[in-house]
Amino acid sequence: MIRSDLRLTILTVLAGAGMVVAILFALVWAPDAVGLTRPETYAQRIIYFHVPSAWLSMLAFGVTTVAGISYLVRGQRRWDSLALSSAELGIVFTLAATASGSVWAKPAWNVWWTWDPRLTTYTIVILLYLSYFMLRSAIEDPGRRARFASVYGIFAFLSVPITFFSIRWWRTIHPVLFDAKNFGLSAGMRPAFFFSLAAFTLLYVVLLLHRLRLEMAREEVEALREQLGL
Amino acid sequence: MNYWRAVAAILWKDVRAELRTKDIFSSMFVFAVLAVVVFNFAFELRVPDMRMVAPGIIWVAVSFAGTLGLNRAFVIEQDRGSLAGLLLAPVDRSAIYFGKMLGNLLFMLVVEAVLLPLVMLFFNLSLLTWQHLVVLLLGTVGFATVGTVFSAMAVNTRAREVLLPILLFPVLVPVLVAGVKMTGGLLDGQSLAEMGNWLRLVVIYDVGFALVAYLTFDYVVEE
Amino acid sequence: MRAGPGADAGRASSAGRPMIELRQLSKAFGSKVVLRALDLSVAEGESLVIFGPNGAGKTTLIRILAGLSRPSAGTVYIGGLDLRTHAQGIRRYLGVVSHAPLLYESLTAEENLRFFARLYGLEDAEPRLSALLERVGLAGRRGDLVRTFSRGMVQRLAIVRALLHDPLVLLLDEPDTGLDPQAAEMLHALLAEVSGRSGDQPGPMRTIVTVTHHLERGLAMADRVAILVAGRLVFQARARDLTPGEFRPLYERYCGGGGR
Repeated sequence: MIRSDLRLTILTVLAGAGMVVAILFALVWAPDAVGLTRPETYAQRIIYFHVPSAWLSMLAFGVTTVAGISYLVRGQRRWDSLALSSAELGIVFTLAATASGSVWAKPAWNVWWTWDPRLTTYTIVILLYLSYFMLRSAIEDPGRRARFASVYGIFAFLSVPITFFSIRWWRTIHPVLFDAKNFGLSAGMRPAFFFSLAAFTLLYVVLLLHRLRLEMAREEVEALREQLGL
Repeated sequence: MNYWRAVAAILWKDVRAELRTKDIFSSMFVFAVLAVVVFNFAFELRVPDMRMVAPGIIWVAVSFAGTLGLNRAFVIEQDRGSLAGLLLAPVDRSAIYFGKMLGNLLFMLVVEAVLLPLVMLFFNLSLLTWQHLVVLLLGTVGFATVGTVFSAMAVNTRAREVLLPILLFPVLVPVLVAGVKMTGGLLDGQSLAEMGNWLRLVVIYDVGFALVAYLTFDYVVEE
Repeated sequence: MRAGPGADAGRASSAGRPMIELRQLSKAFGSKVVLRALDLSVAEGESLVIFGPNGAGKTTLIRILAGLSRPSAGTVYIGGLDLRTHAQGIRRYLGVVSHAPLLYESLTAEENLRFFARLYGLEDAEPRLSALLERVGLAGRRGDLVRTFSRGMVQRLAIVRALLHDPLVLLLDEPDTGLDPQAAEMLHALLAEVSGRSGDQPGPMRTIVTVTHHLERGLAMADRVAILVAGRLVFQARARDLTPGEFRPLYERYCGGGGR
């Protein structure tokens, strides 16, 4: 799949087109949410980007973890390359989700941030991603880097659900003021939402493939330099 | 079984070495006391009742001291290259993990045992009930379980000690939240039974990650 | 200098398969290849000494044999068993003396040895422990902290540690590093004696693989010699076919003048 330039080009074009259509859906074709003020209806449209971003950030994290496990079991470097590529994309989507959430929150709740369980857990997820990268950058030997990163990925990923529950229970003393899932999707919104979800997922896959290709090319260059004694 | 004999041997080896030098214990203890004192100053004037922040202070002091102890436990092996000596032994690598983990756990518990009376003095609290001790134990087990794996990794990187807290604290959040919650709950007069879901959370954490550590420790120590 | 049944080495003993066998062994760290498709076999009771310049891959080879490092490709057989699947069982019969001491400074010599005895699952190791300490001349210091030992004494203790569980295979990675010539001589004599290789010792003939820089001493203890350069075995011969005078120029030629 990496080698075939044509297929990747087609996918890239499709992903690009998909995003354009998703934007149209989100900004133009989707119906307004009811019962909200004017600024809030505009802001509500962020949901078509915010939720897919968040979903993809967790998917990317999952891919990184599974790729890490595959590396430990099989020992082939490309699994680690996949883990790294997915982690990079994951952190991008995480930041996108956080930023879009913040932009939505201001007109909707008049705050940029709140410490509700989901957001707090999400902060921890960002920290876990950052720790993952810090660990990788602190190791020079590629084999050890791959092994350690894989092990850490497993611990990190498994900690997320437990963290989420611990923070959720912790916060039930103070009622959750703003329930982020408070945006019921009307029937009219569903096509836009699911299309956006699909478009984002395709975008993730395409970016992943590109990044993976880049990583493998980089490794080839490394190997060649080693051979030439540079 | 040779496996548990090996675990015990490693544990006692670390204990005996530590009893001679008292390196780890002394630095952990001093650090914990310093943390408590500093927090005391940090909060004193803005908090109506220091008892409100006592649970947090205890757990933060324990965490910081614990991180220090974890680092030292593996740095010593690393510097002498003596980890190789352990790896040459005809036992499953996980025995090294459990031996080290129990050693770390023991050191942390000893520090806590000495710290607790001090905290009781500073904050005028009663903390020597068996419930408090159970809570501390469960949390410390979680700390040692995950911390031992991460310190084995951190010690093998460029950044060494600095990396351990970065790796450890995000993963440790559930333990800290549960620990503070339960300690605070006990101080407020709740019984352990009322906080059953928190207990379950910590136990799941401890057991679950011990299993993950058992499965992955090989990959951390082998080349 | 060396008599005994192990002297006609260089081919697998008539009893059957070799004690150690490497087939196409390769090791790479990332894109850096350290060992390239090594084929090697060591007969039971044979003493193989491997020479080579720095960076040739000697330590890596020992680490792989000791089970401390996994090969990137190829297989290692020890005692006929695949190291990959029987590592734990094989380690019971391996003894390693490295240039790193592998001992705990805050413990006494005795405590160190008792710890390793427990680790290796040895029942009633006391007599053997005492006897070995006696042989290496450390009996009087058994209750002293290893921190107080000189480098030479530490290496002697390391030999005891390696022999405590009566291993069939001894791996020596430049054990005389950091020792003055006198101490190094003593160490080598000791090694010959305790590894059952001197004429008057009816001890077991252990298989020994040594890695060293020192040509004369290495040649003296070898049944067979090999030279490792840039991850490849470029030369092998029976030790008794070579004199030190012949060996040095040979070695320097292979290493491109890098020998000592």
